[in-house]
Amino acid sequence: MAGMRYREALNAALREELARDQSVVLMGEDIGVFGGAFKVTDGLLAEFGEKRIRDTPISENTIVGIGVGAAMTGLRPVVELMTINFALLAFDQIVNHAAHIHYMFGGQVRVPLVVRMPQGAGHQLGPTHSHCLEALFLHVPGLLVAVPSTAADAKGLLKSAIREENPVIFIEHESLYGVRGEVPEGEDELVPFGLARIARAGSDVTIVGVSRMAVTAERAAETLASEHGVQAEVIDPRTLRPLDLETILVSVRKTNHCVIVEEGWPHGGVGANLAALVSEQAFDDLDAPVQRVTGADVPMPYSKPLEDIAYPHEPQIVQAALACLNRSKQSAPAGAAR
Amino acid sequence: MPDSPAPALPEPDVAREWLTTMTLIRRFEERAGEMYARAKVGGFLHLSIGEEATIVGSARALREEDYLISTYRSHGHALVRGTPPENVMAELFGRVDGCSGGRGGSMHMFDLARRFMGGYGIVGGNLPIAAGIALASDYKGTEEVTLCTFGDGASNQGTFGETLNLAALWKLPVVFMVTNNQFGMGTALRRHSAVTDLQRKGESLGVPGMRCDGMDVLDTFAVLSEAVERVRADRSPVLVEAITYRFRGHSMADPEQYRSKEEVAHWRERDPLPSFAARLIEEGVIEEDERERIDAEAIAKVDRAVEFAEASPFPAPESLYDDVYVLDPDVRGWYSAPTSEESAGRGREATPPDTSEPAANDEIPQQLTHALAAGEDGRESTGAEA
Repeated sequence: MAGMRYREALNAALREELARDQSVVLMGEDIGVFGGAFKVTDGLLAEFGEKRIRDTPISENTIVGIGVGAAMTGLRPVVELMTINFALLAFDQIVNHAAHIHYMFGGQVRVPLVVRMPQGAGHQLGPTHSHCLEALFLHVPGLLVAVPSTAADAKGLLKSAIREENPVIFIEHESLYGVRGEVPEGEDELVPFGLARIARAGSDVTIVGVSRMAVTAERAAETLASEHGVQAEVIDPRTLRPLDLETILVSVRKTNHCVIVEEGWPHGGVGANLAALVSEQAFDDLDAPVQRVTGADVPMPYSKPLEDIAYPHEPQIVQAALACLNRSKQSAPAGAAR
Repeated sequence: MPDSPAPALPEPDVAREWLTTMTLIRRFEERAGEMYARAKVGGFLHLSIGEEATIVGSARALREEDYLISTYRSHGHALVRGTPPENVMAELFGRVDGCSGGRGGSMHMFDLARRFMGGYGIVGGNLPIAAGIALASDYKGTEEVTLCTFGDGASNQGTFGETLNLAALWKLPVVFMVTNNQFGMGTALRRHSAVTDLQRKGESLGVPGMRCDGMDVLDTFAVLSEAVERVRADRSPVLVEAITYRFRGHSMADPEQYRSKEEVAHWRERDPLPSFAARLIEEGVIEEDERERIDAEAIAKVDRAVEFAEASPFPAPESLYDDVYVLDPDVRGWYSAPTSEESAGRGREATPPDTSEPAANDEIPQQLTHALAAGEDGRESTGAEA
């Protein structure tokens, strides 16, 4: 194990895969000379040269499209987009092309492309740089979606993404870049896709936290334990496609309560989707309706006090978990043992 | 163009092959239109009748290992690369033997083995992909060139400017060929582009322009050969404008209210197929009866293609989920359906990449060790597209 920041873990993953596989090529705005807008690619240009670490013009749709074409003909491009909001400029190449080419050409060609981008609020970047849009990508068959919340997962999942045969949308979180964690060492220490992480074991309520919200949910779980005597089980799905629904369902069957926390918008969100899946497949195990904690249904405001209340924090999660538990108590038949 | 001296003919066998392929494309497209009218073909159908010289003249400037990438008007591009008409017709019919397995249809033909890298339904969507293919060619240290064709309408898309800039900046071996058939769907060139001299549209992006008479297979071949070899040598893109005309509507449901019968008739006089045949007869390369035989053979080939397509089965319902993902059998949860249910349809599990076609994704590692030492609307439309 080595202690490193989330950003450094991503850097290590890129460095190791670049060294391991000559077909890996990085492209993005300011990833070379500048070292990356968030310094994720720092030092890679010096080590691997201009042919493999390619600074691009500001042309998001075309950068992703070049990645698609190069992936179709033998490279494993990793494209960095500066923030998730800029990925909207590349939606044609991501959805109509990267996601569909394998299918629409009858499986003749693969698109092993990784598109990395950070998301998330908290830095007063306002309505065009702060959103959490994983739900948009989750919606699209053909794409894989990774949302690492720890340094170890950032490294292990990125390495898996680069070795993946399908196009991967790899969503980092701006607020996590500086967070340290223990990271397993070794070139082949991968975190597989489709395997959730149980961040904290518990028996009273299942809390699923997406992206940074896995971290916030863990803190909320500590408060639930110390102040309310509630043992929450916190699950980080790590990848939304493929989704390890099984781990979530096993937990819900044990706790009979489920809270889903995401930073994105409520309508058509990751939580809405997960709540539907849990309700469809574990309805009889639920003692209360699935609770969602989401970002506010607004464009992200700039002003600090407004931004603060526009995405979930620990107290809302604590409250939601308690409400979920209370609701089942209130609705339980008199005398029921629980 | 029409006034310049007529380019010399190639070797007789080559000239015959060009005429044969142009005739095949013409007859194929006519039949495809008939099959559409008989509801054998669904969706949109965009025919390239009138553009055969542009297709054959440009594709024949390529080597076998070069890549060709096209648009939603791409039957001719598959045929010119050698995809059997049977598989192109079967794709139109939505059958399993279609060159995209019945998943793509008219707008999404594909043939990896022949390095035809696809038809694309999004106007301008193929330009970045072409640049990516060229990037991989360059990265591998090959001499391959990519020919990227698109229409005059696509020259207004953002990807046009973005991709030309990037291809020039990174010195990527792409020949961008704008097939100027005078219309972006139903909007005439002068009504959709401030600059109608399309070959100049790359100038400010560092991409030099050339022009060919797309109604003349000889001129198209001559100009594209120069472009392709220049790109191959310089590893830097060029833009070629091929002036042509589509004799049919944008697609099958196009009432063509945006142009006059006289205009179409005027261009029909320069129909690339009879004019090339006449030239071959005139210069004694073929006799009239050979032209007739070539035509009869093309018709017979297309007949066989229709028979083949009719006989080919529709894809099985169980195949619906195949090839959405390259599935790893150890991983579950690819789809939202419960994985415990057999009926969920999980698709085909991953098979190793096909090694019979070394062009595919798996050829890189060995090679690199050396190289790196250093607004359309629906079919039932009331008048617009279709």
